[in-house]
Amino acid sequence: MLGRLTIEALPFYSWVAMGGAAVTVGGGIAVFLLITWLRAWKVLWTDWLTSVDHKKIGIMYVVLALVMLVRGFVDALMMRAQQAFSLNTEGYLPPEHFEQIFSSHGTIMIFFVAMPFLTGLINIIVPQQIGARDVAFPFLNSVSLWMTAAGAGLVLISLVVGKFSQAGWTGYPPYSGVEYSPGVGVDYWLWALITSGVGSTLSGINFIVTIVKNRCPGMTFMRMPMFTWTSLCASILIAFAFPALTVVAGQLMLDRTLGFHFFTNGDGGNMMMFANLLWIWGHPEVYILVLPAFGIFSEVVATFSRKRLFGYTSLVYATACIALLSFTVWLHHFFTMGSSADVNAIFGIATMIIAVPTGVKIFDWLFTMYKGRIEFHPSMVYTIGFMVTFVIGGVTGVLLAIPPADYLMHNSTFLVAHFHNMLIPGALFGYFAGLNYWFPKALGFKLDTKWGIRSFWCWIIGFYLAFMPLYVLGFKGMSRRMEHYADPSWQPYLIVAGIGALFVLCGIACIAIQLYVSAKTWGSARDITGDPWNGRTLEWATSSPPAAYNFAVLPEVTDIDAFHDMKILGQAYQTPQHYEDIVMPKNTWVGLALGALAFGLGFAFVWHIWWLVALCFVLSLVCVAIRASDDNSDFVLPAAEVARIERERLAEISPADLHDMRDFVPRGVASGAPLTGTV
Amino acid sequence: MNHSADRSQSTYLTGFVLAVLLTAIPFALVWGGLLVGPAVYAVIAVAAVLQVIVHLVFFLHIDLKSTPVENLFFLVFAAVLIFIMVGGSLWIMMDLHHRMQ
Ligand code: HEM
Ligand SMILES: [Cu+2]
Repeated sequence: MLGRLTIEALPFYSWVAMGGAAVTVGGGIAVFLLITWLRAWKVLWTDWLTSVDHKKIGIMYVVLALVMLVRGFVDALMMRAQQAFSLNTEGYLPPEHFEQIFSSHGTIMIFFVAMPFLTGLINIIVPQQIGARDVAFPFLNSVSLWMTAAGAGLVLISLVVGKFSQAGWTGYPPYSGVEYSPGVGVDYWLWALITSGVGSTLSGINFIVTIVKNRCPGMTFMRMPMFTWTSLCASILIAFAFPALTVVAGQLMLDRTLGFHFFTNGDGGNMMMFANLLWIWGHPEVYILVLPAFGIFSEVVATFSRKRLFGYTSLVYATACIALLSFTVWLHHFFTMGSSADVNAIFGIATMIIAVPTGVKIFDWLFTMYKGRIEFHPSMVYTIGFMVTFVIGGVTGVLLAIPPADYLMHNSTFLVAHFHNMLIPGALFGYFAGLNYWFPKALGFKLDTKWGIRSFWCWIIGFYLAFMPLYVLGFKGMSRRMEHYADPSWQPYLIVAGIGALFVLCGIACIAIQLYVSAKTWGSARDITGDPWNGRTLEWATSSPPAAYNFAVLPEVTDIDAFHDMKILGQAYQTPQHYEDIVMPKNTWVGLALGALAFGLGFAFVWHIWWLVALCFVLSLVCVAIRASDDNSDFVLPAAEVARIERERLAEISPADLHDMRDFVPRGVASGAPLTGTV
Repeated sequence: MNHSADRSQSTYLTGFVLAVLLTAIPFALVWGGLLVGPAVYAVIAVAAVLQVIVHLVFFLHIDLKSTPVENLFFLVFAAVLIFIMVGGSLWIMMDLHHRMQ
């Protein structure tokens, strides 16, 4: 009846595991009670869970990412604590537990922190940047969200029922095959990847269609804001790379569950194909994580240097080059698998070439700052921290791209330092910059800057303390994923790294305090104009938070930095001649139901509960059929209602709230007088 | 309106028949053991590529004249990527195979 699910699956075998389970269950109960106490179930259901509004879906993605960041970071802290003390002792974590922790840390950080964070930010901002009222497929967007949440749910429940994978975030066979990992851990990992991977693929397709088809009049490709460009390229990478992951995870699932032999030792299996397919997805994936962050840095740098972005065209081409090149380098993740020198050399050289367009970008940002009037807003500070730190990671990356050097450093903590050096500044700092920059747009009030700056300092100091020692340890020969070690000269470095993790803990606490403080002082930091930073791109033309339809009248664009021009020409905040009826998608429960069923399906597969597999599958088909036969999924927002909302908004804005644009009017070189008729 | 509906119905039917045929051929070859050796792989590969083209032409109605350029761009891009991924994988795996002999 319950497959292999028995009472033994509950974590009564170890205090640490029980603690983790207790925190997870306790957290769930606390959230449940809080919502009940606030009597918020109805609001939550009608305004959020069933919403197909891209801004709300985006906010839910970001909330998911922040919650999972805490979970992923607790794992990191536990590993750092273990290694700081486990010189010649077992430490407090037995090996099989330590293995679960680095596996879940990597899986969570990549799939359930970075991916939802960037998907959320793209969701909130891109439709507004291109002057659209929604994404191309609003219902699909809701399905994507709940599929991702289902994957996150599977990782979370593995802490309470059963165990997580011990095979690392990459899950290489044969270790991840049934022979060596007969338990449920690898199955949890696989189903978390498959469900969230489907969600990501659908998001990618949705964003591509949105950006290609829904741009407002006049917005040619070469007038799109940089964040939209990087989102487009990242979405293309998602749509083409994620199928490889879904296939490889599906194959390993078939091997494990139905006795196939894709990656087994015998019977014609070939485990090297797993590494190959995984990294065909895996390398583009790292660019999926950093490209949107690059877009955020571009927006932030231009806004807070009070200058037009330097080298827009070169940034676009650099982004496109990176996107294409990122599909040509995947072998650098397995130089040591035994390919001939020719193969290794070609992939090594291709890898080094990617550093070129990335370097171009760094120079473009520096030149944007040059002679600008820089304002040290938290998002700008994160951007500067990124530029300095990311370059170090880039240099170590080029070093690792030399195959003979990689033979020495692969699988060492040097590699661990390198990829954290790319991902923390290159992805996470970008998302934090985006959080500080776009928070008022999403929720209508500004975040506290003092705590924002504090979070930055804790993160950057923590980062250097936690990861610079790992570069040294790598040279001293320490392998990654070590539960304990025997070399006393390593310990001081590991203790410093542990202190670094404590600084990062403070950084996360600062972000939590920042959110709390800002929410408390909500009224004083309200964003009335919808344009708190004197922004340049179209998302600042809407109100904060935007009306459900974003733009009452679709804007017309004649250049990049469209909103900046509108403000100079006095075209912003004008009442249009007339309003029109707007067709909007209705909320629906189907997306949430499909996510819940995907969770059930994954859980049932993990525990071999076949009747539940069949039931969830059939119910999913029923949900799809219900949705497909629903001809009544839109409603019309009457023009009068639009007019009322817009009138209320404009009445609130007084001229004193608006930014003084006089300094931005171009002036004649000789006369110094404003040039009329130009922008 | 009616006319074009008729036409698209007939293209869907043609496409369906072709798709079934292109699926049946490889299955028949393998099940029936009609062909052996590298020839089977070649036939399966050709049938798979033709299958893709049938889907694009008859179900998605893609042609060089009426399809917007950006859609064609994405198709060409997809072709390039598939070439890189499949070609690269074959190259890598053949190379490894060779070195394990
Ligand atoms: C917040 C501070 C972070 C700390 C202190 C931290 C710490 C660690 C540690 C100690 C390991 C294990 C190293 C080893 O194998 O010896 C690790 C592995 C890893 N981390 Fe982090 N990490 C952090 C953030 C992140 C972020 C933001 C990401 C991704 C977006 C990430 C992705 C990974 C991955 C993919 C692994 C490899 C897991 C494996 O070996 O299978 N980490 N991290
Ligand atoms: Cu890579």
